[in-house]
Amino acid sequence: MESVLHITTLHYLVLGAALFLLGVIGVLTRRNVVIVLMSIELILNAVNLNLVAFSRLWGGVHGQVFAIFVITDAAAEAAVGLGILIAFFRNKETVNIDEVNLLKW
Amino acid sequence: MAPVATPFFFYLLAGIMLIGGILVITRKNPVHSALALIVTLLSQASIYLMLYAPFVAGVQIILYAGGIMVLFLFVIMLVSIERSMKERQLNSQWVAGIIAATALGGLFIAVYMKGTSILPDHALSVVEDNNTQEVAKLLYGQYMFAFEIASLLLLVAIIGAVVMAKKRI
Repeated sequence: MESVLHITTLHYLVLGAALFLLGVIGVLTRRNVVIVLMSIELILNAVNLNLVAFSRLWGGVHGQVFAIFVITDAAAEAAVGLGILIAFFRNKETVNIDEVNLLKW
Repeated sequence: MAPVATPFFFYLLAGIMLIGGILVITRKNPVHSALALIVTLLSQASIYLMLYAPFVAGVQIILYAGGIMVLFLFVIMLVSIERSMKERQLNSQWVAGIIAATALGGLFIAVYMKGTSILPDHALSVVEDNNTQEVAKLLYGQYMFAFEIASLLLLVAIIGAVVMAKKRI
């Protein structure tokens, strides 16, 4: 009971791990490219949660600075990924990721 | 200011986050997924506030929920989603995907059962009133080079997105 009601860093880590798993399941199972990209955002957010939780644990703000860098990367990734999605949709008229098989052996 | 009713708010926000995450990966309509993702991001911003990170919480709301998700919604409007909503939603290797994710979850559980003893018991005290100043000092001091590289990365991403999405260059 004590370990449930006293919120420690571990609680935040478990929450981050659960969010990461949801993102992994979304990336591995869904067919719609838009939802796959959103699952990648879930994964990046899980990492951010861990960084900020550890930054709280050790009393500095280094983790928060890294979280800001991760958010920058997420913005770049979303812009390029959605650009690729638009080019893909223009060529194939679909948003299903398993129809991207030109390079498949 | 000392936080009030931390367990209650933690479990409330964690529940909203996880429900939002589950909705993101289960909805057929990408617009619904995007709205669920916005709910997840906003409750995550509140969790950042609980962790004494107000600047990151603000960046999360402005940049993620405000910027990136608007980009997502725009692209969903640009591509036609009616056809893909009528089709099969899971790809052909979804069983292998679930198995891999379960294995990863088992790995997480093993690591957290064994490894948490190295964490300190109590969090160190933090200075609460000048969080943004502290972040700025690190960002423009120790991490100056990484900051400049990040601006270069954003420039490359802008050019890449325009080149990729333009019909004829």
